[in-house]
Amino acid sequence: MKIFSCTSLLLLIVTLFSSVVVADSKQILVQSTTSTANSGFYKYLLPMFETQTGIKVNVVAVGTGQAIRNARNCDADVLLVHAKAAEDAFVADGFGVERFDLMYNDFVIIGPAGDPANVSKQSDIHNALKNISTVNALFASRGDNSGTHKKEQSLWHAININTEAVKPSWYRSTGSGMGATINTAIGLGAYTLTDRATWISFKNKDDFKIQFQGDPKLFNQYGVTLVNPEKCPSVSQHSAQQFIDWLLSKKTQQSIAAFAVDGEQLFYPNAK
Amino acid sequence: MQESAINLAVQLIISANPDLFEIIGLSLRVSLSSVVLSLVFGLSLGAFLATDHFRGRQLINVLINALMSMPPVVVGLFVYLAISRSGPLGWLGLLYTPTAMIIAQTMLITPLVAALSRQVIEDLYNEYREQFLSLQLTRPQRMKALLWDARYSLLTVALAGLGRALSEVGAVIIVGGNIEHLTRVMTTAIALETSKGDLALALALGLILLSLALLINILLSSLNISARRQAYA
Repeated sequence: MKIFSCTSLLLLIVTLFSSVVVADSKQILVQSTTSTANSGFYKYLLPMFETQTGIKVNVVAVGTGQAIRNARNCDADVLLVHAKAAEDAFVADGFGVERFDLMYNDFVIIGPAGDPANVSKQSDIHNALKNISTVNALFASRGDNSGTHKKEQSLWHAININTEAVKPSWYRSTGSGMGATINTAIGLGAYTLTDRATWISFKNKDDFKIQFQGDPKLFNQYGVTLVNPEKCPSVSQHSAQQFIDWLLSKKTQQSIAAFAVDGEQLFYPNAK
Repeated sequence: MQESAINLAVQLIISANPDLFEIIGLSLRVSLSSVVLSLVFGLSLGAFLATDHFRGRQLINVLINALMSMPPVVVGLFVYLAISRSGPLGWLGLLYTPTAMIIAQTMLITPLVAALSRQVIEDLYNEYREQFLSLQLTRPQRMKALLWDARYSLLTVALAGLGRALSEVGAVIIVGGNIEHLTRVMTTAIALETSKGDLALALALGLILLSLALLINILLSSLNISARRQAYA
């Protein structure tokens, strides 16, 4: 009896305090990389979609690695990240229906104003990174399996520096998001690799500057994928597909191109 | 930085920023709900353990005391695995809702309330034991009397729970997802602004959260004082 009354009291409290959201197909869940959220991109773009269609878009912004993991657990309708190989694997494993190129920008190396490793004078990214390692300048890595971290690992790999196995003393793995890693890099006076969008919209730049940019190898492609309703029956397929079609439409692509922070364009649409 | 943060905090409040008030509202809703639920579970458990002398009781006390230092991230992860679409409770569709945040925080705070209230009630029980025996009170009657007489100390327990709930970020960011207009609370907003490098805004939000905690404590302690006055008048 007592247990029963306790339980009913509990249920009452839960219902009172939490407006339990009744399954509403008119909202979709996007697992996303952080740069698109932190730069204000969604705040700019999503209201256009929501007023047009009445579909509410909920965005969970985490690193690309975690976003893909969450989507693999079916905790997403749409995946919007920037690690093409990992996205292709996501589709190949049956979790995604099809991946589409959405837009791109590029990665840049930021570092202290003094540029101790002289990376700004280098002709390509490989030499820039080599210089950092030879002068033992500090480098802050995401270390969180995110899209940016994967990119960075592939760049070190290309110049035969194995940061995972050797763990050089100048290489600091923060194990956290882009913003936190930039904060750490600035605190340490370390170089770090970041996408341009996060850096432009970052507020705590201190004396840090973009020290290296422009190498085609620093290309950063964003892709969008519908989570497979066959694997994940909870997916709001119709609304999610509508969102993806809208993102890839000519008009939205123009809106993406028009988005700027401090007069700088952050994303370059390239849907086919 | 600190000065501009204070200015910013004042500006945000004076301009009645709707986003800010939404976030404060959700913070309060989630934290207060979790505290109320934790009190229901924690006080019953605390009073039960304080008034019983079964075998292995000490072991349970130690266990609950240890659970007080449970990292919020671990609780968040545990709840996430349970309510994720691929988890055993996935069909409920609770992930990324305020309800999920309340569940996680309740799990986090209940051991705190149970452990602290157990000690408070046990101390009082040792004082009352003879009297209870002579009055021949039943167990529920004893528990009720103890909870009532310890109410002022238990209020501090509740405040400790509320403090943990309001300041916690690790669990709510995992199960809530920090979704704007849906599951963003004060602490996750602070984490977000820090990651955007907007340290002044992050600090301003921190100051507002601190003022909120101060306000709640002032309110409750003044209630407490006036209640005591009436009780002893």
